Amino acid sequence: MAKRISNHEFKSNTMPAIVTVGPVAILSLFLVVAPLALVAIMSFCQTDEFYNVVYKFTAINYSKLLSPDYIKIYGQSLLIALITTVLCVLIGYPFAYVIARTKSHKKKLFYMLVIIPFWTNSLIRIYGWRTFLGSSGWLNMLLLNLGLVDEPVEFLYKTGTTVLGMVYCFIPFMVLPLYTAIEKLDGSLLEASSDLGAKPYKTLFEVIIPLTSGGIFSGCIMVFIPCLGYFFVSNILGGGNTDMIGNLIERQFKSANNWPLGAALSIILILVTLILVKIYQNLGGDMDSLGV
Amino acid sequence: MKKARKEKANKRLSIVFCSMVYLFLFLPIFVVIANSFNATTSKPYLSWKGFTFDWYIKLWSNSALLGSFGNTIFIAVASTVLSTIIGTLGAVGIYRYKFKGKGIINGLLYIPVVIPEIVIGIALLTIFSNTNIPRGMLTLILSHVSFSVPYVIFNVRARLSGYDKSIEEASMDLGANRVVTFFEITLPVLAPGIAGGALLAFTLSIDDVIISYFVNGQTKTYPLKVMESIKSGVSPDVNALSTLVLIGTIGLVFLTQSGIGSGKHKKI
Amino acid sequence: MGTIVELSGVNKVYGTNHVVKDLNITVNEGEFLTLLGSSGCGKTTTLRMIAGFEEPTSGSIKVEGESIEEKEPFERNVNTVFQTYALFPHKTIFDNIAYGLKMKKVPKAEIKERVLEMMDMVQLTGFENRYPSQLSGGQKQRVAIARALINRPRVLLLDEPLGALDLKLRKQMQLELKRLQKKLNITFIYVTHDQEEALTMSDRIAIMHDGVVDQLASPTDIYEKPATRFVATFIGETNTYDGCVTSMKDGIANVTLENGAVKVKCDDSFSILEYATISVRPEKMRFDSKPHEGFELVAVVKDYIYVGSILKCIVSLPNGNELKIERLAGQDLPEIGSRIYPYWNPEDGVLIHNDSYKIFKALDDIKLA
Repeated sequence: MAKRISNHEFKSNTMPAIVTVGPVAILSLFLVVAPLALVAIMSFCQTDEFYNVVYKFTAINYSKLLSPDYIKIYGQSLLIALITTVLCVLIGYPFAYVIARTKSHKKKLFYMLVIIPFWTNSLIRIYGWRTFLGSSGWLNMLLLNLGLVDEPVEFLYKTGTTVLGMVYCFIPFMVLPLYTAIEKLDGSLLEASSDLGAKPYKTLFEVIIPLTSGGIFSGCIMVFIPCLGYFFVSNILGGGNTDMIGNLIERQFKSANNWPLGAALSIILILVTLILVKIYQNLGGDMDSLGV
Repeated sequence: MKKARKEKANKRLSIVFCSMVYLFLFLPIFVVIANSFNATTSKPYLSWKGFTFDWYIKLWSNSALLGSFGNTIFIAVASTVLSTIIGTLGAVGIYRYKFKGKGIINGLLYIPVVIPEIVIGIALLTIFSNTNIPRGMLTLILSHVSFSVPYVIFNVRARLSGYDKSIEEASMDLGANRVVTFFEITLPVLAPGIAGGALLAFTLSIDDVIISYFVNGQTKTYPLKVMESIKSGVSPDVNALSTLVLIGTIGLVFLTQSGIGSGKHKKI
Repeated sequence: MGTIVELSGVNKVYGTNHVVKDLNITVNEGEFLTLLGSSGCGKTTTLRMIAGFEEPTSGSIKVEGESIEEKEPFERNVNTVFQTYALFPHKTIFDNIAYGLKMKKVPKAEIKERVLEMMDMVQLTGFENRYPSQLSGGQKQRVAIARALINRPRVLLLDEPLGALDLKLRKQMQLELKRLQKKLNITFIYVTHDQEEALTMSDRIAIMHDGVVDQLASPTDIYEKPATRFVATFIGETNTYDGCVTSMKDGIANVTLENGAVKVKCDDSFSILEYATISVRPEKMRFDSKPHEGFELVAVVKDYIYVGSILKCIVSLPNGNELKIERLAGQDLPEIGSRIYPYWNPEDGVLIHNDSYKIFKALDDIKLA
């Protein structure tokens, strides 16, 4: 009897599970697991004289990673990503706070205005900055016409410009999770804090920031990690002076044709990601808030 | 009195601050729009030479640009449809059923979300070149599906978590089989989550530069076309197209927003 | 009155958790049967197995003589009213109620007619185009009931349907449900943890405890002749005494307790020297200032509690156990601290077999063998 019934269970649950989850599982296997596994394997391979990958074990790629030139770029990447993240928090937090807690009926519009720039391709927008900041660009035109400078100022090709581009690209990823976290904040808690004698800045550090720290953490993860790989920002605004790990990887695959070395560099990026995500989880971060 | 004055000052400060942030966000877009009316014809099209509509006319004869835009739309539609179907089914299945490897699949979903795009891009390039899948439209669509599915799943799952499973039991109890229940009950109730996921998938696909850059082969998408032209200076007809797209999307959003407003009875 | 639902030897095991144990219940046609028990006793699981949302681990469930374990919920001629109502949030009230008929492909005109008729019956006329989120709890409740009843099920299963309502509305809905049930002559299987609800509404009550039915009987029998110590203490207030049957004569047993001896009515199922429990309701207890014939029970008055027209006396036995004795208010009462002699009419006490005694007996049998 029990056997017949368990057969029935089989009939009623396994099929739906396969039909629903099967496609996702196949997709993950072939387009996530297999490619990354292959990258890991390739990072231990060599190339022949025609730049083809030869599947023969070597650790040479990893030893190349330790060359001083590369180490300088890692440092530069981490620095740019860190400055970008800090700036995103410093600008994004008060901004998100104001629009999340406004009582204006235009609140929805304020929110939409953060998203609308996304609808223009990010490359074009970054190029817009180049148009604006270039030596014959609009800002210089303005400055010259106003007589503030005598000759065009070179804004481009500096670390600062790359950071500006990165902040520009990623600030919405900081603002949106913060907006969600701050909007959820129960207003009566702020009233309670003030009622109990806390000055506004005390309330900020004792109540508001601790309660929205989840949003800050997830915003930081969503800014810092992709920032390391956004090669085109430093290409367009940094002009090759502010290379990041992403630029190194791009070059191995697109021009230098040393895929194994690019794979090894990618492994570094994966490890950095895993470490940061682990820290994020240990701080009590919710993985799901990274997906929105 | 003092308090009121202080609050007013605070308010003014926050308005100024927010306006500056919005200016920061929109400045390059204004530049893009303005440059689409720039009469300059010399590369790199940077200095202002007067106002013209020429680029909006020239745009229609730039078949390479229009073709790349068509590719982008086609890839976005195809990958959105596929990832929405796969993602919705997957979200429901993962939420509902117990099976071996559920934790693993759940974990795998986060990989395309957290790992830098460039790594996903080179990994996909590697697998496609190793399996001799010709790079082009197919690999672009597959890649876009692979990074969109997790977002669809997260969106649908957020909807599922506030979902009373007993309404499905009620449907079955009232004589609907599983398939009918899925279409009559599950799908309509999840619809807002699915729509949100689909919108996100579409946006991600249209805007994607990095992953497409590695898996495109000879097929050019609109962002890749822009990237190609950056070295020699982006010609203002690209700006013209961007401007049109921006106006189109804003118009669409306002249309649907007001549509949602009038469809108030659908409130769940 | 034939049998309509029959559960025989039904078990449900989740992992190591044996939720329903060897359940045998027969439900008669047209009756209002309540599964009563505290949370976790297996009552809801039992209901869900009848509905088809859970599969029994073993055993059989028959509806109208036909085995239904192989049938999907949508193939069963039973309908459920859910604890959370489970109304479809994206459908109007009309479409919610029409859902079952639509699934049966009933013609549109007939659906309309039957839905409106049903809405009238549950007093929801005029709410056709509303959505569930626009209704109050009581209204949602009516929709849930209408939606299930419109399919004219042979059996209606109700899972704590009134649990979310406030007390006043609950009382009103109890009466209404009972009226509907009589009017439509549909078998109701009703799950609740509220004993008062069970007592007022049911034809029969199955008291569940730890996955087994302790007693399945009419509300009067449950109250007056509890079959187990659990039933006696679960339903209403009672005083229990554990003791040993020392003699039996003319249906009256003399029972020796730790603190004395008492008399109680008994039947043939008891034997001399059996350990058993006596249950006596507070309203059946008496006391006197001198010992009563056949009773050797002494107690000290501890406290009086006024409950309207009734007065509850709390008295304590020498071993510290407390008894509750109800009296009409306004009578002369002994002072607190004074000694009294509790007793009762032997007909008013219930002698209950003691489970632990059974275990001792089984052990003895094993030893003897």
